[in-house]
Amino acid sequence: MKVLVTVKRVIDYNVKARAKADGSGVDLANVKMSMNPFDEIAVEEAVRMKDGKAGTHHAGGAVTDILVVSIGPSQAQETIRTALAMGADRGILIQSDIDVEPLAVAKLLKAVVEQEQPSLVLMGKQAIDGDNNAAGQMLAALLGWPQATYASKIVLSADKADVTREVDGGLQTLGVALPAVVTVDLRLNEPRYASLPNIMKAKKKPIEVKSAADYGVDTASRLTVVKVSEPPRRQAGIKVTSAEDLVAKLRNEAGVL
Amino acid sequence: MAVLVVADHDNRKLRDTTHKTVAAAMALSNEIDVLVVGQGCASAAEQAAKLDGVRKVLVAESDDLGRMVAEAVEAVIVPLAASYDAILTPATSAGKNFAPRVAAKLDVSQISDVIEVVDATTFVRPIYAGNALETVRTAEPKMVLTIRPTAFKPVGEGGSAPIETLAGADAPRTDFVGEEVVKSERPELGGAKIVVSGGRALGSSEEFHRVIDPLADKLGAAVGASRAAVDAGYAPNDYQVGQTGKVVAPDLYIAVGISGAIQHLAGMKDSKVIVAINKDADAPIFQVADYGWVTDYKTAIPQLMDELSKGPVS
Repeated sequence: MKVLVTVKRVIDYNVKARAKADGSGVDLANVKMSMNPFDEIAVEEAVRMKDGKAGTHHAGGAVTDILVVSIGPSQAQETIRTALAMGADRGILIQSDIDVEPLAVAKLLKAVVEQEQPSLVLMGKQAIDGDNNAAGQMLAALLGWPQATYASKIVLSADKADVTREVDGGLQTLGVALPAVVTVDLRLNEPRYASLPNIMKAKKKPIEVKSAADYGVDTASRLTVVKVSEPPRRQAGIKVTSAEDLVAKLRNEAGVL
Repeated sequence: MAVLVVADHDNRKLRDTTHKTVAAAMALSNEIDVLVVGQGCASAAEQAAKLDGVRKVLVAESDDLGRMVAEAVEAVIVPLAASYDAILTPATSAGKNFAPRVAAKLDVSQISDVIEVVDATTFVRPIYAGNALETVRTAEPKMVLTIRPTAFKPVGEGGSAPIETLAGADAPRTDFVGEEVVKSERPELGGAKIVVSGGRALGSSEEFHRVIDPLADKLGAAVGASRAAVDAGYAPNDYQVGQTGKVVAPDLYIAVGISGAIQHLAGMKDSKVIVAINKDADAPIFQVADYGWVTDYKTAIPQLMDELSKGPVS
């Protein structure tokens, strides 16, 4: 079966984002950019499914084709290339120089899904820039497909996926009929580093570059960003040197015991 | 403006995340209805009817709604949307799961994780793991918002709104396979007044539970953990406090052997009082702690337990 995996180019996980002084956004000039970490997990899972790794599928649930889709600037081709080096087969970049809101992302992906007819769409549960946690659910709704979000385990069969979900207070396992959208959480797997031979091989894999207009989708923002600011800073407090001192302060000064 | 708040509950009791979301709704309007979807959730609906500021309560039940399956929840809400200008739900794992489906079906952008209502169309939300705050204005014909409960004070329970029953809905293409609910005598992490969290410095699962659990029990606290401790297998995943886990804002947060990575701070920095116990004086956790104690937890926690035993804990 064919699996569509989405990847987004975002600020690197280890870089602390800072609001620009003029409040117009987050400063991304000269900042290291990488694949959204949740998307890396989605790519890894698709590759494991294709490799026939134990635990990822039952008979009939084998993955044969992995299509990677990204929406972003031309540099997002590098992000797609990373996914191809991890083991995906081909890529589509829908080039956009503006940040596309989750609803328009879902509309673009729906158009790709209608052309490509994948059995499963795997996405990160959220991108670590906008932190919206919405595009996957929106895509499932627009397609009228079932969804399973926050996956920590996926077992694919020919016509369904059993997905264990991380929910408040525990785990829930749903069996979703395919085609379906599954969004992945951190614990699903640990993504591989691409090997040098695979990085070389990935250079020959095809990437199609498209525009939103090719899919007839209006990506204009629906929301207006009024400003982006630094969160209020917490001041470091005082040091205590004994349990007696600490408990006295918590009881008398802070009043929380 | 009419507002629909979709309640968070466990089918028996309303969670206080609902009280806090109604508080956010009151900043928008005084025409607030609460929708309780679930199975066998009559008592939760009765409790919702008592919430201050609520005009009426709607209840819809089915097996799939009892498990908050997103497609079923969407199927109940979308036909109701014609009567409302805004739909709000707490940003819990259930709310985050179904709300974007509703927004997409209504063809509107969702505003996720609202921490402040500036005016009827302008909201503040954290982005980049809370390292920046974004103020956004919407001109959408309808608003779909998820509310970060820790940012709002709960409304009281002095009301008596009427309850109406609606038809339930199913998710025909999704089967329920099973669930593992973590049972605990301790308060729920998201709503606890005191949280005691352990980090990777604890070194093992045995040590984590030996050190953290008794302190938490003495204080009537919930137990949390840093992602590093969870990833190392010292604590279960639902203990995780941080950007990728739960966001908490208790009256007192005690961090034991936690260095204070950005991702952890994003989940607890709005706590009223933060105590950090760590032997590394340079640990970033001390930069946000009201009371820092540079010491080895191995000697500190027994001393703290003794000291707490000496006086009343209320």
